Amino acid sequence: MFVSKLDELANWCRKNSLWPMPFATACCGIELMATGASKHDLARFGAEVFRFSPRQCDLMIVAGRVVMKMLPVLQRIWLQMHEPKWVISMGACASTGGVFDTYAVVQGIDRFIPVDMYVPGCPPRPEQLIQAIIDLQDKIQREGTITGREFDTAERQRKKRALVEATLPLTIDAARNPVLQRELAAAADAAART
Amino acid sequence: MPITQPPVDAVIQALTAAVRPCDVSVFRGQTRVVVPVERALDAFRHLAGAGFDLLVDVTCVDYLDYRGAKQRYGLVYVLVNTVTNERLTVRVFADDPDPTVPSVTSIWRAADWLEREVWDLFGVRFEGHPDLRRLVMPEVFTAHPLRKDYPLQGRGERHNFPVLTRDDG
Repeated sequence: MFVSKLDELANWCRKNSLWPMPFATACCGIELMATGASKHDLARFGAEVFRFSPRQCDLMIVAGRVVMKMLPVLQRIWLQMHEPKWVISMGACASTGGVFDTYAVVQGIDRFIPVDMYVPGCPPRPEQLIQAIIDLQDKIQREGTITGREFDTAERQRKKRALVEATLPLTIDAARNPVLQRELAAAADAAART
Repeated sequence: MPITQPPVDAVIQALTAAVRPCDVSVFRGQTRVVVPVERALDAFRHLAGAGFDLLVDVTCVDYLDYRGAKQRYGLVYVLVNTVTNERLTVRVFADDPDPTVPSVTSIWRAADWLEREVWDLFGVRFEGHPDLRRLVMPEVFTAHPLRKDYPLQGRGERHNFPVLTRDDG
């Protein structure tokens, strides 16, 4: 009883302060910006704080087509986002590839990352995106738990740690980084002169 | 002065004299010269010396199954003389297997990325290019997608990624 009340409180907090990660690659991104701007005013739904760091976000809005070169970036950003996190696939291209049925365009991001909400349209109007966010808020209120049990398993924890260690280089190898080498050389040069 | 002017006959005549045989044609005020591949570098050096100091574009056309085409790949070089505003299109042809043309990076530095793009998308090799790597496609890509015999939807490269689930994140 007490835990379920806590869940409810956590869900209420989370749903009313979604911080979107704008993954805007095409014209849907313009509608995404319009949604956040004064006329449509996403702040009315508590989701106006766009952050450009995945570490500070809990809602990824993929707006636009994703090509082969971009998909590994998308996946890495999704992995870097903290729990609890959700994904909105905005527009025809993000959801299905849209008209771009070509060799380099990924035919729907849901093939490679989990998606919570799809927004149809090419591009969708801001009202449609707002409706998707409202629907997502309903979903969070209905299904969410304070500990994120709806996402979590022990197996998942283990796999997550292994995957992060395997995919993200944790140290910078100075010998293989020309920019760093140049900066180190400049610093040594400056020190030698003084 | 108009924005572009057809190259004066003197340039073309000098080029034809220096590098023969050259096939010259004019269409709607635009001059085009076809240069045999083995004399291409000489021709480009001659044109650079004659004042064509700007390489606007290097691109390619795949003439696979094109009626009347003798060779498959037609390179297009667009040159401009920035002093006189003369404009000239130079064509060089190459054929399967292993289509190869000389690189013009030693004459115009602008050719560097343009030739890398043509290599990436058409698989035409540029002999003497300092760093002939893919430019636009991912490095793991093995095909040259703008060739006419490459399927529009690819050969499954776009589906070749790990699938992340909730368990991974």
